[in-house]
Amino acid sequence: MSILVNKDTRVICQGITGSVGLFHSQKCREYAEECQPGVNVFVGGVTPGKGGTEVDGFPVFNTVEESIAATGANTSMIFVPPPFCADAIMEAADAGIELIVAITEGVPVLDMVRVERYLADKPVRLVGPNCPGVITPGVAKIGIMPGYIHTPGSIGVISKSGTLTYEAVWQLGNVGLGQSTAIGIGGDPIIGTDFIDLLELYENDPGTEAMLVIGEIGGNAEQQAAEYIKEHVTKSVAGFIAGVTAPPGKRMGHAGAIISGGSGTAAEKIAALEAAGVAVAESPADMGTAIQRAMAK
Amino acid sequence: MKIHEYQAKQLLRDAGVPVPRGIVVKSADEAAKAFGELGGTIAVVKTQIHAGGRGKGRFKEHPDQAGVVLVKSADEARENASRMLGNTLVTIQTGDEGKVVNTLLIEEGVDIQDELYLGIVVDRESGGPVLMASEEGGMAIEEVAAATPEKIFHEPIDGGYGLHPFQATKLAFRLGMDGKAVRNAARFLPQLCRFFLDSDCSLAEVNPLVVTGDGTLIALDAKVSFDDNAMFRHKAFAELRDLSEEDEAEVKAADTGLSYVNLDGNIGCLVNGAGLAMSTMDLIKLHGGEPANFLDVGGGANAEQVTEAFRIILSDDNVKAVLVNIFGGIMKCDTIVEALLTAYDKIGFSVPLVVRLEGTNVELARKMLNESGKDIITAADLTDAAKKVVGTLA
Repeated sequence: MSILVNKDTRVICQGITGSVGLFHSQKCREYAEECQPGVNVFVGGVTPGKGGTEVDGFPVFNTVEESIAATGANTSMIFVPPPFCADAIMEAADAGIELIVAITEGVPVLDMVRVERYLADKPVRLVGPNCPGVITPGVAKIGIMPGYIHTPGSIGVISKSGTLTYEAVWQLGNVGLGQSTAIGIGGDPIIGTDFIDLLELYENDPGTEAMLVIGEIGGNAEQQAAEYIKEHVTKSVAGFIAGVTAPPGKRMGHAGAIISGGSGTAAEKIAALEAAGVAVAESPADMGTAIQRAMAK
Repeated sequence: MKIHEYQAKQLLRDAGVPVPRGIVVKSADEAAKAFGELGGTIAVVKTQIHAGGRGKGRFKEHPDQAGVVLVKSADEARENASRMLGNTLVTIQTGDEGKVVNTLLIEEGVDIQDELYLGIVVDRESGGPVLMASEEGGMAIEEVAAATPEKIFHEPIDGGYGLHPFQATKLAFRLGMDGKAVRNAARFLPQLCRFFLDSDCSLAEVNPLVVTGDGTLIALDAKVSFDDNAMFRHKAFAELRDLSEEDEAEVKAADTGLSYVNLDGNIGCLVNGAGLAMSTMDLIKLHGGEPANFLDVGGGANAEQVTEAFRIILSDDNVKAVLVNIFGGIMKCDTIVEALLTAYDKIGFSVPLVVRLEGTNVELARKMLNESGKDIITAADLTDAAKKVVGTLA
């Protein structure tokens, strides 16, 4: 079992005719074909103005709506350039896409404010932007993570970071633990899916036995996740916070510091997670063993 | 992107937000002349640097000279300006090295009855911009936030419409205003919020907001910074950037598509991905070392970028060893090694280099490193890498 991505997932790529969008669509298609031979998981792409053409076997459509009508897609992977990303997300939601994975880095934060409002009353989940994506090992990957380091298993991974997630997954592999699903939620100020959304999904997923939560300094999402874990999560949870030694940056004004009343330091986050019973890895080399500790409790 | 107070005030003035009359000067004589032009009996001389705490800040060269001063004559304006310009101001936000003052803003004196605080930021929690306001204006706002958070009022701003007039009126009454001041606030606050949205600000702070004896609202100070990701739709803002306020190496790195922050230690780091880069720094510290920098080469670095990254790291004289930590995902390890070897030949390494590679094509990459005949120390995992690089300094 898994969350978000399963055998019914059918994906289109918005921005498929760009070099990066095409490259990753090809990699994702390869991975899906290995996992589910004979099944067409990556069904096409969207680039306005290039509808009716084909790129490396992927049919291209002008709009998301058209692509759904033609392919039955229920998921979109977004690689469009930052100025157009917010619009692409809203188009996908409007057309009825159920899961949107926005990889694009550098989306203006006020664009995301508008996206959040637009998505609020729609039956859609957004992951990202500025994230590595979602992978259910042995089924499909939607994003830029290297597929081969993942193995099917029972650990649910949630991370703000990209390459640090790969490091974590690799360490899990070294101690013989596979993943039910691994998700990078992105580290931007406004993101579609946060720690709590995924903790809830993993808690209710029979295929997930334990969770690994990877956070970073800044904001207070990790503290809120800790509160949620304390109240609602019965499964084992391990965690890691990057940036313990990062020096406080020189700031310009005061508003960023006073908005949440806290400074979002690693120490604060680690204390909150430990108070919620999470096994926090002391060093980034210790993420694999931390989950073993959590599960042995 | 940060901008200066005088630039922020010009933008606010253009957006219909009242600010004091002021003149920008770059010499002591201009400062004296500006005092006369403003025509009042008092004026304020304000240093223009990208840091707060200027009023309490002092100059390295003149320990009694503050960064913001009230003056009562043209001569006084000249004297203060001559002690400020070209000298280094140290405030709680500049760090010990301080910032050199090149520009001053000479402003008219304002009849201050009340000093309030206003700030707008995007709040991660509510998912939108929030206007914060407090009666406790002035420099100690962070202490207010920590000790008495109930004294700071929050109003969410509609990302499309802006601040509704009733929200402005509600805040005005909460801030203890009456009569004409409330009516002025009903214009001032929505205009400030509109400016924040229209300009893609990441911060807009007015501290203090002054209420004068006749109920006029004036932004006595203004701090504005912009969302770098949105600058593609504000091309005109590019000329507001002051490169002299930024770290030269960091600017150079950004131009090459690298994310670099200079630190005080002696172990240079080159890593792909911000989270992994921070974790690498954490691990170096855990094993008794001190990172000299944060450097994220990103997801798709090429040979040119890696070469530039090494150049930037090695241009820091404090660097006594370098650690490369790459988790190749889409970026293949052999591509990185190829770039690394090219950079090695081009730049020439005089300090130990420890390399830890994992991920796509790692076997081939390790073979290339071993066969290169270069004096490169390889590490098996994160811990091994940190121990080895710290060990080279022992």
